[in-house]
Amino acid sequence: MKKLTLLVLVVVSGVLAGCACPPPKSQPVAAEQPKVEPAPTPAPAPAVVAPAPAPDPLLTKRNIYYDFDSSVLKDEYKAIVKAHAKNLTDNPSLKVTVQGNCDERGGREYNLALGQRRADSVKRMMMLLGAKESQIETVSFGLEKPRAPGHNEEARAENRRSDIVYQGE
Amino acid sequence: MKKFLYLPHLFSLVLLWGLSCTLGYAQLKIEIIGSGANQIPIVITPFKDENTLPQSVTAVVAADLQRSGLFKLVDSGGLTTIPVEPSQVDYAMWRTRGADVLAIGAVSLLPNGQFDVRFRLMDILKQQQLKGFSYQVSAQQLRRTAHKIADVIYEALTGDIGMFNTNIAYIIKNGSRYELKVADVDGYGARTILASNESIISPAWSPDGTRLAYVSFEKKKAIIYVQSLETGGRSVIANFKGSNSAPTWSPDGKRLAIVLSKDGSSQIYLVNPDSGGLMRLSTSGAIDTEPNFSPDGQSILFTSDRGGSPQIYRMPVSGGSAERLTFDGTYNVTPRFAPDGKSFVFVQRNGGHFNIATQDFVSRQSQLLTEGSLDESPCFSPNGRVILYATNEGGHGILATVSSDGRERTRISVEVGDVFEPAWGSLIKN
Repeated sequence: MKKLTLLVLVVVSGVLAGCACPPPKSQPVAAEQPKVEPAPTPAPAPAVVAPAPAPDPLLTKRNIYYDFDSSVLKDEYKAIVKAHAKNLTDNPSLKVTVQGNCDERGGREYNLALGQRRADSVKRMMMLLGAKESQIETVSFGLEKPRAPGHNEEARAENRRSDIVYQGE
Repeated sequence: MKKFLYLPHLFSLVLLWGLSCTLGYAQLKIEIIGSGANQIPIVITPFKDENTLPQSVTAVVAADLQRSGLFKLVDSGGLTTIPVEPSQVDYAMWRTRGADVLAIGAVSLLPNGQFDVRFRLMDILKQQQLKGFSYQVSAQQLRRTAHKIADVIYEALTGDIGMFNTNIAYIIKNGSRYELKVADVDGYGARTILASNESIISPAWSPDGTRLAYVSFEKKKAIIYVQSLETGGRSVIANFKGSNSAPTWSPDGKRLAIVLSKDGSSQIYLVNPDSGGLMRLSTSGAIDTEPNFSPDGQSILFTSDRGGSPQIYRMPVSGGSAERLTFDGTYNVTPRFAPDGKSFVFVQRNGGHFNIATQDFVSRQSQLLTEGSLDESPCFSPNGRVILYATNEGGHGILATVSSDGRERTRISVEVGDVFEPAWGSLIKN
């Protein structure tokens, strides 16, 4: 049983080492060595253990969009949250911050609370799917940090958003 | 049940002041864009020997009264002698100029280096004195003395409490730089309390005017601080996980109501700004935010979406059940009590616009006061007569005032950048 765990860890680190998927830059995880006794003879090559699965392309998607005054996670974005939840579950040392944002309309304080709820709803779904609470922090910027500077509906739609940001990014 | 006021604007009357001073781009510019229907015609003669002062007193008095929208300044030019005593007043001449009241006065330098400023307010029709005061002040106190004189005149002629000796706080955003500023209510004497590369919101004056609570994002999340205006020293009031926001003072200054999301949804808590002692007040699973104490300290107005859309509720400060107050429309936020506790101001969504409205507690009638596209963050003047709020003009944030009856209006802007999140301080006691 213990051996199996170790083997899984080795496989995971092997997968990550050869993985082009996010989190790509400066991820210390892949470099971290699990406390495996040094193999006396040549270490088993990861490729021999298992072929690395193709990275989930959904992991490159980090934005979840909402309707006005809504924190309802639309069906089309659930797969993205699911992919990141799996990434977190598979890699317990990974941490993310979910940042909630809102468009410019309405009260600043109400929007701050709404942005927080947007971020928290993403966190909740990730936890339901196996990610640990300690892996996910949530913050809200309310309407204070609009990514799109305009005042039209296109800009507002872009700003009603949660962003998934990996630690170290 | 909504009554929409048609508000005729007097766009012909556009006056500027506060520009010629030396404070640069951050100076607030205040323009009158609408005035009361029945303005009191007043003449303010230059005070005798006023030209020897480093600071004109009557210019400040006149600007204060005119900005209120309730006074019409009658020209005092062409006098051969400036009246100082009531016996020197040519009442008939002022009547032909159309003035009902007259302010006269004199200034003299005292042996101790202070100034003696004395003035009288005269009723031209009855030919009698309404008020008379004298002040011994330093040169630095001359502006403040002028505001006091304006207060005396305003109170004598309108019956309302004067508010020219108050301060406002606001945020200026210029590029990526945010500054929390405090200025006299006429825009003078602006000073920076906090500068940051991240947003600052929700400044709230302590009732004694010595401290500001606010929310700063300088640590990449919403954290509540309280800062002393005297020492500049500040302390963190709440920095829990999630958001820490919406601070508001109890009328006795001993407690803050704040909003924390640490236990799930955004909820209202009470905390002592000096000793802590956090106590949860609201217990819904919804968003509860923007608390505001009633003037008697007994109840709290707040915004909640517990009914499916953001609406305004009231609850006892001791906790307990909340009563919903707004039913018009799907978006009513940012409630603030009037100083007399009889009504509240808030932001209401009307179609695609967000506007300022007031609602009476007894009649439950609401009254729409503005018609901008994005009006927000309203607060009452300390005498309850004026509402200060933030709005948007040509993509830029400006401040504006509207009288609580919707008639008098001003706009307050900066030359460069956006100004938002205004908060009107309480009356300064001497």
